[in-house]
Amino acid sequence: MPSDLVHLYMRIDHLPQIWCPGCGNGVIMRDVAVAIDELIHDEENSINREDIVIVSGIGCSSRAAGYLDFNSIHTTHGRAIAFASGIKMANPKLHVIVLTGDGDCSAIGGNHLIHAARRNLGLTVVCFNNDIYGMTGGQYSPTTPNGDKATTAPYGNVDRPFDIAVLAAGAGASFSARGDVYHARETIDIIKRAIRHKGFSLVDVYSICPTYYGRKNRKGDAVEMLRWQKENLLPTARYYSMSEEERAGKKQIGILSYNDYPEYTEEYAKIIAACRGKAKKQGGDGT
Amino acid sequence: MIGREKLVIETGWCKGCGICAAFCPGQVLEILNEKVVVKKPEKCVFCGQCELRCPDYAIYLVNVEE
Repeated sequence: MPSDLVHLYMRIDHLPQIWCPGCGNGVIMRDVAVAIDELIHDEENSINREDIVIVSGIGCSSRAAGYLDFNSIHTTHGRAIAFASGIKMANPKLHVIVLTGDGDCSAIGGNHLIHAARRNLGLTVVCFNNDIYGMTGGQYSPTTPNGDKATTAPYGNVDRPFDIAVLAAGAGASFSARGDVYHARETIDIIKRAIRHKGFSLVDVYSICPTYYGRKNRKGDAVEMLRWQKENLLPTARYYSMSEEERAGKKQIGILSYNDYPEYTEEYAKIIAACRGKAKKQGGDGT
Repeated sequence: MIGREKLVIETGWCKGCGICAAFCPGQVLEILNEKVVVKKPEKCVFCGQCELRCPDYAIYLVNVEE
């Protein structure tokens, strides 16, 4: 008998999930389920379960849309944000949550990411960022750190990596944040804020891939990889309480940038309303 | 609330990754033959750290108030 949370929000007949032992994706998927559960049960401003849509692309991360028991769609590689954009434009009241991976989101779907961010379309993107293409056997991805090894980089990765949260903010996203597997409670709160946010919100969640990335780079097992996260990824308050020397090599988790740029579907609705008004004045029925 | 909760293990779902045991503040858990077991039940303070970080939803707390 699994827990109430799993019963309520996951498709039990698809579980246990098939991710590798110690894979961070299961924790991030749970974070998303807890965040949604807490928003549904928020006494002051609850959201409807029926208004939630989960969209995923292709990759280890994207299996989450099959496991989570909501209105969900598992789409083609890199196109999760494109499908999600269509869903949001057709029905702006929906909370469209994209679950994607570092490759799906920033390589194959890189253009969809930056343009949805630029338009500030009200989607929530949760990127399961494990620094590698796990499902296809450990090829380097746009977030594999420089010098690290992968199946396709046996002597070390020549590329410099993307910082997806910074990339989204630079492209115009009005909410950009970073989470990780170790700091699960903090990450749940960040995902809640992201879902509540009206414009485009992105949460780059650092996952762990002990099977490919960890093994290739001698990072140890899942426990050691989480210990690294505990010591090197720091919640905002702690990060800023440290001196610059202490911060060297460490990264902040939390909300990195936030603003109230106009949201795309609202701006679009204004154009429709204005055109209808004009048509009515000219004697048409406004359709 | 302490004393009103119970730790439940779904052994069939456990993949033995050891995350729960490593980050348990009371060292309550142990991995035995690639499955988690409760080694020191009396030390459990029902903090839920194991449930929070189990990637397989194989360990969790239930309320046994009634």
